[in-house]
Amino acid sequence: MIDHIKAGMGIKIFHNLNLDRADYKVALIMNVPSQKMGKKDIIKIENEIDIDYAVLGLIDPNITVNIIEEEKITEKRNLQLPDRVVNIITCKNPRCITSVEKYVDHAFYLSNISKGEYRCLYCDEVYAVQEK
Amino acid sequence: MDECPSSASVVDEGIFLLGGEMTLKGRHLLDPSDFSLEELSEIFELADSIINDPASFSEKCKGKILATLFYEPSTRTRFSFEAAMLRLGGQVIGFSEPSSSSVAKGESIADTIRTIACYADIAVMRNPKEGAPRIASMYASIPVINAGDGGHQHPTQTLADLLTIRSVKHSLDNLTIGCCGDLKFGRTIHSLIKALGRYKNNAFVLVSPKELQVPEYILNEVLNKGQLPFKQVEKLEEVISELDILYMTRVQKERFFNEEDYIRLKDSYILDNEKMKHARPDMIVLHPLPRVNEIAYEVDDDPRAFYFQQAKFGMFVRMALILKLLGVE
Repeated sequence: MIDHIKAGMGIKIFHNLNLDRADYKVALIMNVPSQKMGKKDIIKIENEIDIDYAVLGLIDPNITVNIIEEEKITEKRNLQLPDRVVNIITCKNPRCITSVEKYVDHAFYLSNISKGEYRCLYCDEVYAVQEK
Repeated sequence: MDECPSSASVVDEGIFLLGGEMTLKGRHLLDPSDFSLEELSEIFELADSIINDPASFSEKCKGKILATLFYEPSTRTRFSFEAAMLRLGGQVIGFSEPSSSSVAKGESIADTIRTIACYADIAVMRNPKEGAPRIASMYASIPVINAGDGGHQHPTQTLADLLTIRSVKHSLDNLTIGCCGDLKFGRTIHSLIKALGRYKNNAFVLVSPKELQVPEYILNEVLNKGQLPFKQVEKLEEVISELDILYMTRVQKERFFNEEDYIRLKDSYILDNEKMKHARPDMIVLHPLPRVNEIAYEVDDDPRAFYFQQAKFGMFVRMALILKLLGVE
Protein backbone atom coordinates (compact mmCIF):
# COMPACT_ATOMS: atom_id res chain seq x y z
CA MET A 1 0.00 0.00 0.00
CA ILE A 2 1.36 3.39 -0.97
CA ASP A 3 0.21 5.79 1.68
CA HIS A 4 0.44 9.50 2.50
CA ILE A 5 0.31 10.57 -1.11
CA LYS A 6 -0.49 14.24 -1.42
CA ALA A 7 -4.11 14.56 -2.54
CA GLY A 8 -4.23 14.80 -6.31
CA MET A 9 -0.84 13.16 -6.86
CA GLY A 10 -2.17 9.59 -6.68
CA ILE A 11 -3.21 9.51 -10.32
CA LYS A 12 0.27 10.59 -11.38
CA ILE A 13 1.94 7.83 -9.39
CA PHE A 14 -0.66 5.38 -10.66
CA HIS A 15 0.41 6.14 -14.22
CA ASN A 16 4.09 6.37 -13.35
CA LEU A 17 4.07 2.83 -11.98
CA ASN A 18 2.10 1.67 -15.05
CA LEU A 19 -0.69 0.47 -12.78
CA ASP A 20 -3.27 1.35 -15.42
CA ARG A 21 -1.97 -1.68 -17.31
CA ALA A 22 -1.87 -4.03 -14.31
CA ASP A 23 -3.55 -7.44 -14.56
CA TYR A 24 -3.89 -7.73 -10.77
CA LYS A 25 -6.11 -5.90 -8.30
CA VAL A 26 -5.22 -2.27 -7.87
CA ALA A 27 -7.15 0.53 -6.19
CA LEU A 28 -6.56 4.24 -6.25
CA ILE A 29 -8.42 5.97 -3.46
CA MET A 30 -8.49 9.71 -3.63
CA ASN A 31 -9.14 12.39 -1.03
CA VAL A 32 -9.04 10.09 1.97
CA PRO A 33 -9.44 12.10 5.23
CA SER A 34 -6.10 12.31 7.05
CA GLN A 35 -5.27 13.80 10.46
CA LYS A 36 -1.77 14.70 9.35
CA MET A 37 -2.46 15.88 5.83
CA GLY A 38 -6.10 16.94 5.80
CA LYS A 39 -6.71 14.65 2.86
CA LYS A 40 -4.52 12.22 1.02
CA ASP A 41 -4.48 9.67 -1.76
CA ILE A 42 -3.77 5.97 -1.27
CA ILE A 43 -2.90 3.24 -3.75
CA LYS A 44 -3.51 -0.37 -2.81
CA ILE A 45 -1.79 -3.03 -4.88
CA GLU A 46 -2.68 -6.67 -4.38
CA ASN A 47 0.52 -8.09 -5.71
CA GLU A 48 4.25 -8.09 -5.14
CA ILE A 49 5.67 -5.66 -7.62
CA ASP A 50 9.07 -4.08 -8.01
CA ILE A 51 8.53 -0.50 -7.01
CA ASP A 52 11.15 2.03 -7.92
CA TYR A 53 11.30 3.69 -4.51
CA ALA A 54 13.61 6.39 -5.76
CA VAL A 55 11.09 7.42 -8.38
CA LEU A 56 8.39 7.61 -5.74
CA GLY A 57 10.71 9.60 -3.48
CA LEU A 58 11.27 12.05 -6.24
CA ILE A 59 7.57 12.52 -6.86
CA ASP A 60 6.83 13.02 -3.19
CA PRO A 61 9.33 12.21 -0.41
CA ASN A 62 6.51 12.21 2.17
CA ILE A 63 5.04 9.02 0.76
CA THR A 64 5.27 5.82 2.79
CA VAL A 65 5.12 2.32 1.40
CA ASN A 66 3.60 -0.33 3.61
CA ILE A 67 4.09 -4.01 2.84
CA ILE A 68 1.03 -5.88 4.06
CA GLU A 69 0.94 -9.62 4.48
CA GLU A 70 -2.16 -11.40 5.83
CA GLU A 71 -3.71 -8.07 6.76
CA LYS A 72 -0.73 -7.01 8.89
CA ILE A 73 1.84 -4.35 8.08
CA THR A 74 5.13 -6.28 7.95
CA GLU A 75 7.30 -3.45 6.70
CA LYS A 76 7.05 0.33 6.52
CA ARG A 77 9.36 2.18 4.21
CA ASN A 78 10.03 5.89 4.22
CA LEU A 79 11.35 7.28 1.00
CA GLN A 80 14.49 9.21 0.25
CA LEU A 81 15.52 11.39 -2.61
CA PRO A 82 17.73 9.49 -5.03
CA ASP A 83 21.20 10.93 -5.80
CA ARG A 84 20.61 10.75 -9.52
CA VAL A 85 17.62 10.41 -11.76
CA VAL A 86 17.43 9.62 -15.44
CA ASN A 87 14.36 10.15 -17.62
CA ILE A 88 11.96 10.81 -14.78
CA ILE A 89 11.92 14.57 -14.87
CA THR A 90 12.62 16.74 -17.88
CA CYS A 91 14.64 19.91 -18.08
CA LYS A 92 12.46 23.01 -18.42
CA ASN A 93 15.28 25.32 -19.56
CA PRO A 94 14.52 26.24 -23.18
CA ARG A 95 18.23 26.90 -23.71
CA CYS A 96 19.19 23.39 -22.56
CA ILE A 97 20.61 21.09 -25.21
CA THR A 98 18.08 18.41 -24.22
CA SER A 99 15.38 20.60 -25.79
CA VAL A 100 17.01 19.99 -29.18
CA GLU A 101 18.85 16.67 -29.08
CA LYS A 102 15.94 14.35 -28.42
CA TYR A 103 17.96 11.13 -28.13
CA VAL A 104 19.69 12.39 -25.00
CA ASP A 105 18.64 11.11 -21.58
CA HIS A 106 17.26 13.70 -19.20
CA ALA A 107 19.67 13.34 -16.29
CA PHE A 108 19.56 15.18 -12.97
CA TYR A 109 21.76 15.01 -9.88
CA LEU A 110 20.75 15.87 -6.31
CA SER A 111 22.45 19.22 -5.62
CA ASN A 112 20.85 20.26 -2.33
CA ILE A 113 19.36 17.54 -0.19
CA SER A 114 17.87 19.85 2.45
CA LYS A 115 16.05 21.91 -0.17
CA GLY A 116 15.26 18.88 -2.31
CA GLU A 117 16.90 20.46 -5.33
CA TYR A 118 18.13 18.68 -8.40
CA ARG A 119 20.20 20.11 -11.21
CA CYS A 120 20.21 19.18 -14.86
CA LEU A 121 23.43 17.35 -15.70
CA TYR A 122 23.81 19.40 -18.88
CA CYS A 123 22.73 22.97 -18.11
CA ASP A 124 22.52 22.98 -14.26
CA GLU A 125 18.92 24.18 -14.32
CA VAL A 126 17.32 23.62 -10.93
CA TYR A 127 14.40 21.27 -10.42
CA ALA A 128 12.88 21.59 -6.96
CA VAL A 129 11.07 18.62 -5.47
CA GLN A 130 8.39 19.66 -3.00
CA GLU A 131 9.81 20.10 0.48
CA LYS A 132 9.70 17.21 2.87
CA MET B 1 6.29 16.92 -12.96
CA ASP B 2 6.52 15.92 -16.60
CA GLU B 3 7.03 12.35 -17.53
CA CYS B 4 9.63 11.47 -20.09
CA PRO B 5 8.68 9.37 -23.05
CA SER B 6 11.66 7.03 -22.86
CA SER B 7 12.47 4.45 -20.21
CA ALA B 8 12.77 5.77 -16.69
CA SER B 9 15.61 4.80 -14.45
CA VAL B 10 17.36 6.17 -11.42
CA VAL B 11 20.47 4.08 -11.85
CA ASP B 12 22.39 4.86 -14.95
CA GLU B 13 25.93 5.15 -13.77
CA GLY B 14 27.58 5.67 -17.14
CA ILE B 15 25.98 8.98 -17.85
CA PHE B 16 27.38 10.49 -14.67
CA LEU B 17 30.86 9.05 -14.91
CA LEU B 18 32.82 11.95 -16.29
CA GLY B 19 36.15 13.19 -14.95
CA GLY B 20 37.78 12.00 -11.79
CA GLU B 21 40.83 10.64 -13.61
CA MET B 22 44.33 11.23 -12.33
CA THR B 23 45.91 12.70 -15.43
CA LEU B 24 44.86 15.46 -17.77
CA LYS B 25 45.64 13.43 -20.88
CA GLY B 26 42.46 12.48 -22.72
CA ARG B 27 40.23 14.48 -20.39
CA HIS B 28 37.49 16.92 -21.36
CA LEU B 29 37.13 20.47 -20.09
CA LEU B 30 33.44 21.33 -19.74
CA ASP B 31 33.32 23.24 -16.47
CA PRO B 32 36.18 25.07 -14.71
CA SER B 33 35.66 22.88 -11.66
CA ASP B 34 36.39 19.73 -13.71
CA PHE B 35 40.04 20.23 -12.79
CA SER B 36 41.52 20.20 -9.31
CA LEU B 37 43.60 23.14 -8.09
CA GLU B 38 46.71 21.00 -8.59
CA GLU B 39 45.71 20.27 -12.18
CA LEU B 40 45.02 23.95 -12.83
CA SER B 41 48.40 24.75 -11.36
CA GLU B 42 50.00 22.23 -13.75
CA ILE B 43 48.38 24.02 -16.69
CA PHE B 44 49.46 27.45 -15.46
CA GLU B 45 53.04 26.30 -14.92
CA LEU B 46 53.15 24.94 -18.45
CA ALA B 47 51.67 28.24 -19.71
CA ASP B 48 54.48 30.06 -17.88
CA SER B 49 57.04 27.91 -19.69
CA ILE B 50 55.37 28.69 -23.03
CA ILE B 51 55.35 32.42 -22.27
CA ASN B 52 59.04 32.31 -21.35
CA ASP B 53 60.12 30.33 -24.40
CA PRO B 54 57.41 30.03 -27.07
CA ALA B 55 59.88 28.88 -29.72
CA SER B 56 60.58 25.64 -27.90
CA PHE B 57 56.89 24.72 -28.18
CA SER B 58 56.44 25.65 -31.83
CA GLU B 59 56.51 22.06 -33.11
CA LYS B 60 55.06 20.20 -30.16
CA CYS B 61 51.77 19.49 -31.93
CA LYS B 62 53.19 18.73 -35.36
CA GLY B 63 50.91 16.19 -37.00
CA LYS B 64 48.04 16.91 -34.62
CA ILE B 65 44.71 18.39 -35.68
CA LEU B 66 42.35 20.58 -33.68
CA ALA B 67 38.69 20.67 -34.76
CA THR B 68 36.80 23.88 -34.02
CA LEU B 69 33.05 23.25 -33.97
CA PHE B 70 31.45 26.67 -33.65
CA TYR B 71 27.66 26.54 -33.77
CA GLU B 72 27.46 30.30 -33.26
CA PRO B 73 29.76 33.09 -34.33
CA SER B 74 32.74 33.90 -32.15
CA THR B 75 35.77 35.73 -33.38
CA ARG B 76 38.15 35.92 -30.50
CA THR B 77 37.62 32.56 -28.84
CA ARG B 78 37.91 30.71 -32.14
CA PHE B 79 40.93 32.73 -33.21
CA SER B 80 42.52 32.21 -29.83
CA PHE B 81 42.17 28.43 -30.10
CA GLU B 82 43.29 28.39 -33.72
CA ALA B 83 46.28 30.61 -32.97
CA ALA B 84 47.13 28.40 -30.00
CA MET B 85 47.16 25.23 -32.13
CA LEU B 86 49.04 26.88 -35.01
CA ARG B 87 51.68 28.21 -32.60
CA LEU B 88 52.15 24.66 -31.37
CA GLY B 89 52.78 23.50 -34.92
CA GLY B 90 49.45 21.72 -35.28
CA GLN B 91 46.69 22.22 -37.81
CA VAL B 92 43.07 23.26 -37.57
CA ILE B 93 39.85 22.13 -39.25
CA GLY B 94 36.28 23.10 -38.45
CA PHE B 95 33.34 25.36 -39.08
CA SER B 96 32.55 28.79 -37.76
CA GLU B 97 28.79 28.67 -38.21
CA PRO B 98 26.46 25.71 -38.48
CA SER B 99 25.02 26.76 -41.84
CA SER B 100 28.31 25.82 -43.50
CA SER B 101 28.36 22.30 -42.04
CA SER B 102 26.41 19.05 -41.89
CA VAL B 103 24.64 20.51 -38.86
CA ALA B 104 22.49 22.48 -41.30
CA LYS B 105 21.23 19.12 -42.60
CA GLY B 106 20.10 18.24 -39.11
CA GLU B 107 22.99 16.10 -37.92
CA SER B 108 23.03 15.45 -34.19
CA ILE B 109 25.90 16.49 -31.95
CA ALA B 110 26.56 12.84 -31.16
CA ASP B 111 27.05 12.00 -34.83
CA THR B 112 29.03 15.15 -35.59
CA ILE B 113 31.55 14.55 -32.82
CA ARG B 114 31.94 10.85 -33.62
CA THR B 115 32.71 11.73 -37.22
CA ILE B 116 35.05 14.58 -36.31
CA ALA B 117 36.88 12.26 -33.90
CA CYS B 118 37.89 10.20 -36.95
CA TYR B 119 39.75 13.19 -38.36
CA ALA B 120 40.95 15.26 -35.43
CA ASP B 121 42.88 14.68 -32.20
CA ILE B 122 41.05 17.22 -30.07
CA ALA B 123 37.84 19.25 -30.48
CA VAL B 124 36.67 22.64 -29.31
CA MET B 125 32.95 23.34 -29.27
CA ARG B 126 30.89 26.48 -28.92
CA ASN B 127 27.15 26.05 -28.98
CA PRO B 128 24.31 28.38 -27.99
CA LYS B 129 22.57 25.48 -26.25
CA GLU B 130 23.62 24.86 -22.67
CA GLY B 131 25.21 21.48 -22.07
CA ALA B 132 25.97 20.74 -25.74
CA PRO B 133 29.70 20.15 -25.13
CA ARG B 134 28.83 17.66 -22.38
CA ILE B 135 26.84 15.62 -24.86
CA ALA B 136 29.74 15.80 -27.29
CA SER B 137 32.08 14.58 -24.55
CA MET B 138 29.84 11.58 -23.92
CA TYR B 139 30.19 10.41 -27.49
CA ALA B 140 33.72 11.56 -28.26
CA SER B 141 36.82 9.41 -28.27
CA ILE B 142 38.95 12.57 -28.25
CA PRO B 143 39.16 15.40 -25.68
CA VAL B 144 36.38 17.99 -25.96
CA ILE B 145 36.84 21.55 -24.76
CA ASN B 146 33.83 23.73 -24.04
CA ALA B 147 34.39 27.08 -25.73
CA GLY B 148 31.13 28.50 -24.40
CA ASP B 149 27.67 26.95 -24.15
CA GLY B 150 25.01 29.65 -24.04
CA GLY B 151 24.86 31.42 -20.71
CA HIS B 152 26.22 28.36 -18.92
CA GLN B 153 30.00 27.89 -18.93
CA HIS B 154 33.07 29.23 -20.68
CA PRO B 155 35.89 27.47 -18.86
CA THR B 156 38.82 28.56 -21.00
CA GLN B 157 37.89 32.20 -20.40
CA THR B 158 38.15 31.39 -16.70
CA LEU B 159 41.55 29.78 -17.25
CA ALA B 160 42.63 32.92 -19.13
CA ASP B 161 41.41 35.11 -16.26
CA LEU B 162 43.17 33.00 -13.65
CA LEU B 163 46.44 32.90 -15.59
CA THR B 164 46.33 36.69 -16.03
CA ILE B 165 45.70 37.29 -12.33
CA ARG B 166 48.34 34.75 -11.31
CA SER B 167 50.90 36.29 -13.68
CA VAL B 168 50.25 39.91 -12.74
CA LYS B 169 49.43 39.57 -9.02
CA HIS B 170 51.75 36.56 -8.51
CA SER B 171 49.07 34.75 -6.53
CA LEU B 172 45.49 33.59 -6.68
CA ASP B 173 45.00 33.99 -2.91
CA ASN B 174 44.26 36.96 -0.62
CA LEU B 175 42.59 39.11 -3.28
CA THR B 176 39.63 41.46 -3.25
CA ILE B 177 37.90 41.03 -6.58
CA GLY B 178 35.40 43.55 -7.85
CA CYS B 179 32.97 42.34 -10.50
CA CYS B 180 31.12 45.12 -12.26
CA GLY B 181 28.30 45.29 -14.80
CA ASP B 182 26.01 42.47 -15.84
CA LEU B 183 26.46 39.96 -13.06
CA LYS B 184 23.17 38.20 -13.73
CA PHE B 185 23.69 36.91 -17.24
CA GLY B 186 27.49 37.13 -17.39
CA ARG B 187 28.71 33.54 -17.38
CA THR B 188 32.36 34.66 -17.17
CA ILE B 189 31.60 36.32 -13.85
CA HIS B 190 29.85 33.25 -12.46
CA SER B 191 32.73 31.01 -13.46
CA LEU B 192 35.30 33.47 -12.12
CA ILE B 193 33.60 33.73 -8.72
CA LYS B 194 33.39 29.94 -8.52
CA ALA B 195 37.01 29.55 -9.58
CA LEU B 196 38.52 32.23 -7.32
CA GLY B 197 36.32 31.03 -4.46
CA ARG B 198 38.38 27.83 -4.46
CA TYR B 199 41.51 29.74 -3.50
CA LYS B 200 42.35 31.09 -0.03
CA ASN B 201 41.12 34.34 1.54
CA ASN B 202 39.52 35.91 -1.50
CA ALA B 203 36.72 38.45 -1.09
CA PHE B 204 34.22 39.67 -3.65
CA VAL B 205 32.66 43.07 -4.25
CA LEU B 206 29.72 42.74 -6.62
CA VAL B 207 28.84 45.98 -8.36
CA SER B 208 25.68 45.99 -10.46
CA PRO B 209 22.24 47.48 -10.80
CA LYS B 210 19.63 45.56 -8.82
CA GLU B 211 18.22 44.12 -12.04
CA LEU B 212 21.55 42.52 -12.95
CA GLN B 213 22.78 41.16 -9.61
CA VAL B 214 24.36 37.70 -9.44
CA PRO B 215 21.76 34.91 -9.53
CA GLU B 216 20.53 33.22 -6.37
CA TYR B 217 22.49 30.05 -6.98
CA ILE B 218 25.81 31.90 -7.04
CA LEU B 219 24.85 33.65 -3.80
CA ASN B 220 23.63 30.49 -2.08
CA GLU B 221 25.73 27.72 -3.48
CA VAL B 222 29.04 29.50 -4.01
CA LEU B 223 29.34 32.62 -1.84
CA ASN B 224 27.24 31.66 1.18
CA LYS B 225 28.01 27.94 1.09
CA GLY B 226 31.73 28.60 0.78
CA GLN B 227 31.50 31.30 3.47
CA LEU B 228 33.24 33.69 1.11
CA PRO B 229 33.23 37.34 2.15
CA PHE B 230 31.25 39.45 -0.31
CA LYS B 231 29.13 42.55 -0.61
CA GLN B 232 26.72 43.80 -3.23
CA VAL B 233 26.74 47.49 -4.11
CA GLU B 234 25.29 49.64 -6.84
CA LYS B 235 28.02 52.23 -7.34
CA LEU B 236 31.53 51.51 -8.53
CA GLU B 237 32.89 54.81 -7.18
CA GLU B 238 32.12 53.75 -3.61
CA VAL B 239 34.24 50.60 -3.69
CA ILE B 240 36.89 50.97 -6.39
CA SER B 241 39.54 51.99 -3.83
CA GLU B 242 39.17 48.60 -2.04
CA LEU B 243 39.89 46.41 -5.03
CA ASP B 244 42.91 44.38 -6.14
CA ILE B 245 41.14 43.38 -9.34
CA LEU B 246 38.32 45.09 -11.18
CA TYR B 247 36.61 42.73 -13.62
CA MET B 248 34.38 44.70 -15.97
CA THR B 249 31.69 43.08 -18.09
CA ARG B 250 29.60 44.10 -21.02
CA VAL B 251 25.87 44.43 -20.64
CA GLN B 252 25.04 41.93 -23.38
CA LYS B 253 22.13 42.81 -25.59
CA GLU B 254 21.45 39.17 -26.50
CA ARG B 255 20.88 38.26 -22.84
CA PHE B 256 17.94 40.67 -22.57
CA PHE B 257 14.43 39.72 -23.48
CA ASN B 258 13.46 43.36 -23.64
CA GLU B 259 15.28 46.04 -25.65
CA GLU B 260 13.97 48.83 -23.41
CA ASP B 261 15.71 47.33 -20.37
CA TYR B 262 18.92 46.97 -22.35
CA ILE B 263 18.95 50.60 -23.41
CA ARG B 264 18.15 51.76 -19.90
CA LEU B 265 20.94 49.76 -18.24
CA LYS B 266 23.76 49.49 -20.78
CA ASP B 267 25.50 52.73 -19.85
CA SER B 268 25.08 52.35 -16.10
CA TYR B 269 28.59 51.23 -15.33
CA ILE B 270 31.28 52.85 -17.39
CA LEU B 271 34.88 52.87 -16.19
CA ASP B 272 36.77 56.07 -17.01
CA ASN B 273 39.89 57.91 -15.85
CA GLU B 274 37.92 59.80 -13.24
CA LYS B 275 36.94 56.56 -11.50
CA MET B 276 40.45 55.13 -11.99
CA LYS B 277 41.85 58.03 -9.94
CA HIS B 278 40.36 56.44 -6.84
CA ALA B 279 41.73 52.96 -7.55
CA ARG B 280 44.85 51.53 -5.94
CA PRO B 281 48.07 51.92 -7.92
CA ASP B 282 48.39 48.14 -8.16
CA MET B 283 44.74 47.36 -8.99
CA ILE B 284 44.33 45.70 -12.36
CA VAL B 285 41.41 46.04 -14.76
CA LEU B 286 40.26 42.94 -16.61
CA HIS B 287 37.53 42.41 -19.20
CA PRO B 288 36.65 39.28 -21.21
CA LEU B 289 36.18 41.42 -24.37
CA PRO B 290 34.65 42.50 -26.64
CA ARG B 291 33.83 45.74 -24.88
CA VAL B 292 31.16 48.10 -26.06
CA ASN B 293 31.45 51.24 -24.00
CA GLU B 294 31.81 49.99 -20.43
CA ILE B 295 35.49 50.92 -20.40
CA ALA B 296 36.29 54.33 -21.90
CA TYR B 297 39.12 54.26 -24.46
CA GLU B 298 41.08 56.71 -22.30
CA VAL B 299 41.57 53.91 -19.73
CA ASP B 300 43.47 51.81 -22.32
CA ASP B 301 46.60 53.87 -21.71
CA ASP B 302 46.47 53.36 -17.96
CA PRO B 303 49.17 50.83 -16.93
CA ARG B 304 46.55 49.10 -14.78
CA ALA B 305 44.50 48.15 -17.85
CA PHE B 306 45.29 44.50 -18.55
CA TYR B 307 42.43 43.40 -20.79
CA PHE B 308 44.46 43.10 -23.96
CA GLN B 309 47.24 41.21 -22.19
CA GLN B 310 44.43 39.04 -20.81
CA ALA B 311 43.55 38.02 -24.38
CA LYS B 312 47.17 37.04 -24.94
CA PHE B 313 47.25 35.06 -21.71
CA GLY B 314 44.10 33.37 -23.03
CA MET B 315 45.99 32.07 -26.04
CA PHE B 316 48.90 30.86 -23.89
CA VAL B 317 46.64 29.05 -21.47
CA ARG B 318 44.83 27.39 -24.40
CA MET B 319 48.21 26.26 -25.75
CA ALA B 320 48.99 24.72 -22.37
CA LEU B 321 45.55 23.13 -22.18
CA ILE B 322 45.84 21.57 -25.64
CA LEU B 323 49.26 20.13 -24.75
CA LYS B 324 47.99 18.71 -21.47
CA LEU B 325 44.82 17.16 -22.91
CA LEU B 326 46.77 15.65 -25.79
CA GLY B 327 49.44 14.43 -23.40
CA VAL B 328 52.15 16.19 -25.40
CA GLU B 329 54.84 18.03 -23.47
